[in-house]
Order: sequence, then C-alpha cells, then structure tokens
Amino acid sequence: MRHSIIALGTAFAALLTPAAAQVQPAPAIKSTNVELPPGDALFPGGSSADAINNNCLACHSADMVLNQPALSRSAWDSEVHKMIKAYRAPIDEGDVPAIVDYLASTKGTK
Amino acid sequence: MPLHRNDRHVRALTRRAVLKTFGVAGMALAGSPAWADQSVRLLFASGPQQRPITPDFPQKGPMILQRTRPPLLETPMEVFDRSVFTPNDQFYVRWHWAVIPTSVDVDAFRLAVRGHVNQVLSLSIGDLLKMPRVELAAVNQCSGNSRGFFSPRVPGAQWAHGAMGNARWTGVRLKDVLDRAGIKSGAIQVRFSGLDEPVVPEAPDFRKSLDLDHARDGEVMIAFAMNGEQMPLLNGFPLRLIVPGWYSTYWVKMLSDIEVLDRSDDNYWMATAYTIPDTPHANVTPGQTGVKMIPISRMVPRSFFTNVTEGASLPAGGSAAIRGIAFGGDTGVAKVELSMDTGRTWQLATLADDFGKYSFRRWQVNIPQLMKGVNSLLVRCTNLSGEVQPSMPNWNNSGFMLNAVETAHITAI
Repeated sequence: MRHSIIALGTAFAALLTPAAAQVQPAPAIKSTNVELPPGDALFPGGSSADAINNNCLACHSADMVLNQPALSRSAWDSEVHKMIKAYRAPIDEGDVPAIVDYLASTKGTK
Repeated sequence: MPLHRNDRHVRALTRRAVLKTFGVAGMALAGSPAWADQSVRLLFASGPQQRPITPDFPQKGPMILQRTRPPLLETPMEVFDRSVFTPNDQFYVRWHWAVIPTSVDVDAFRLAVRGHVNQVLSLSIGDLLKMPRVELAAVNQCSGNSRGFFSPRVPGAQWAHGAMGNARWTGVRLKDVLDRAGIKSGAIQVRFSGLDEPVVPEAPDFRKSLDLDHARDGEVMIAFAMNGEQMPLLNGFPLRLIVPGWYSTYWVKMLSDIEVLDRSDDNYWMATAYTIPDTPHANVTPGQTGVKMIPISRMVPRSFFTNVTEGASLPAGGSAAIRGIAFGGDTGVAKVELSMDTGRTWQLATLADDFGKYSFRRWQVNIPQLMKGVNSLLVRCTNLSGEVQPSMPNWNNSGFMLNAVETAHITAI
C-alpha cells in the first residue's frame, strides 16, 4: 500500500483527467461502526460546579472549557449568553449567575 | 461499559495529578505503552499549556486531546516532519455538534441533491463510484488553527499549529453531480450539510454554502477516499466536501445533503459564525467595533518548522539541516525563506517535490556552522500570487487566519 502511494506520488500534482483516474481501481468503501469516548467527566469544584455540570455537559465535555485562557467576567458572561442565544443551550436563566461565577473564579482574569 | 461520571472525574483528576507531579512534557510518541501518562506542552503565552495525548478515538493514533465531546483532536507537530501527506490516523478532527452517527451503512447511505434543480437526486456510494473520478492533494486547515497563539488570547478551541493536514483526496467533481441534477436558472448558491446534528433540535444545524460559480469550478469535489483509503469516520466518512484553498469550515463532513439555493444563504454558520473583519489580514485592534464582517474564505500562506521545536538544543559548531512544511493558501508556494538575523536578511530554502498548488510543500535549509548561543530562526512563505507572511501577527475576535512569520529559538551548545 505504502509503496503504491510513493510510486504514484507525483501523479497527484493536479486533478487527473477522468480517463487517467479510472485506471486506478476504486477504493473499497466499507460500512463503519465505531464507539466514541463518552467525555462525561465533571467540572471539578463540588457544589460550586453544580450549575455548570447540570447545564453545560449535555452538549459538550468539560475539558475544552477548562483549557480556555483566563477571561474577564464579562467575556465569560458573553460566552454563556452566546451558548443560550446562538446555540440554543437550554440553560435555566436562574443558573446563569452561578455558571458565570464558576467560570470567572476558576478561569478568570485576576 | 460507560463509567459513572464521578468515576471518570476521579480518573481525570488522577491523570492531572500525575502530569503535575512529573511534569511530563515530551513528545516521544512511538513505542511507549504508557499512553495515559503522555501529554504535550503547547507553548502558548499563558496557561493551560498541557494537553493529554490520547489514543482513545476510533481509527485514530495518538492525538492531542483538545475536547472529548464533540471531538477536537489536534495533530502532533512531529507528524508533519515524517511525510508531506498527513496520515489518516493522525489527521486532525473538529466537530461542532455532539450528535455524530457512530455507524454508517454504506449500502443504505444516500447523498441528496435538491432545491433549485431540474431533477432531484438520491445518490448511493455505488452511483458516485461509477462517475468520472478525480484526485487532488490539498491542505485542510481549520479557520482557527493556531488560535492559542493569539495575543491577547481569545476564547475558542485553543489549537496550536496542528489543526491542519494534507491529504490526497479522491472522489468526483461537485460540478459533475450538479450537472447531473441540472441547475435551474436563477440559482445563486449551493448549500451543504452532513449527518451530524445538534443535541438541541432548535439549535442551528451545521450548513455551509458556496457561490454557484465556485461550486461548479471543477475543483471542488466530493471525496470518498483520503490518501487512497476510505476516510476515518471522524474525518467525514463516507463523503466529504473538498474545497481546495479554502478553510476547512467549508469542507463539510459526512456530506449527505446538497441544496441548490435561489438566494444567498443567511443561515447562522454563514452569516454570523466563521465571519472575519473585511480588512487586510482580517486584522483589527482589540476592542475595535463597527467593522464590516464577511464570511471567511481563502487560505493564506504559512510555513512551519517540523524538525526543531522552540527552545531546542543543537550542537554548536556543527552543521544543521533545518526543515519544515509550507503551503501557499489558495495557490502554490513560490518560495520559502529562512532568516537568522531577525528578518534583516533571508536565504532561500530548498523546496522538495511539488504535489500541486494546494498541497503542503516540504522545505529545507542547511546551516553550515551553527554559532554557539541562542539562534533565532524565522521562516516565511511567499505564494505564487506574491502574498508573503506578515512579520506582525494579525488579530481578530474569533482567532481566525493567523499566518505571521514563525520563529524558533534554538540554543547551540
């Protein structure tokens, strides 16, 4: 397999003409069934993380949020409202302050 | 067997504690069984810098874990040093919505072509395999590749430089499929959607559109193979739209629906998301408002070091072969240059095989004698349109289109 790739290398410089391309056999396309990691780790912090754990993990795992740089409280407030307005996250408006508090205290600018 | 959330939590914390204690930073990937303890440091100006290296995703080798669900997996930089083509099992992964089909039956799968057409189509994979086949080498790069290096930092996926890859794509011309359906007069754009769905039904489904002339340019293609094999599911199996020279946001994965529109698409993913300031280099001053925004489109030139990393040590007095990859964006690489005097003078790099204007191009510079001390190496690419990487980094709110000259400080001892 690897050999044929190297041998054919320079032929891929441009779109091949259909005639030339059809010389190559059709690649086998087989049905696929996979399993994805659940990504269901909770935000750390015990009860201070209840609001974010209850509202945010349905759509995405916690890791990318925890990998964000430090952001101001207003930036975090914008992010949470972007999730609600643009992405229709079903976040209880009453939980928004607790979510922003969590983000601003764990991922906030000093 | 799914673990309880708390169990996963404990495991995650344990892994973090391990990383902290030992400060594992190496990028030694091959041959080690201790995947769980592997991590990589991404050299952003501020933390968090550490990311796990994960082997846990289907049809994927070791990848930098940016997000588990929906997956954001980054290609480790040293992968680009091994080959001009990025292997399928280490090609980066980026999904917007978490409802991703984990099973695709090739016999049952159909691609719909509908909307402002004479004849609605429902094409099987077999139908596409019977059509004239084309092949093209092209770079696929996330709009937000390198976002973690923005200064000031911006929210979003904190990618280093590995949200990109180069592959040979095999498939059929989009033009041929559209011609088979027959475009009605008055058509304006063509909209593409895949099998993935938002968790919340009211949320905007991921859809992207191209102008009709672009869709019919004979280069945009529907791929069923990547580097000679079917695509990993996470890279878009069974079909992916290939838009050479344009950012990956248009390369719709698990492509299942093509809709010809008699109007301009104003859906969220075109009108609001993935828009850039209509300024040179999509550059604005932080806090600047009132800027006209337009959909992101063509890529710009970039170049990278692949065999030296920031802060690397090399023997002083000896020669050094410095190498990397470059691409021109929406056209080919004209030249790659290296500077060792902070950009006052530049020397030409030797370019390796040319796989076409949309492909990565490998480059190399031989330094006869490396002077003792810290050497600042700068690399820049100029494309065939004469566009050159800027020395000053561009900035925008979304962290899109970074393409400044890259620098590596190496110490010769």
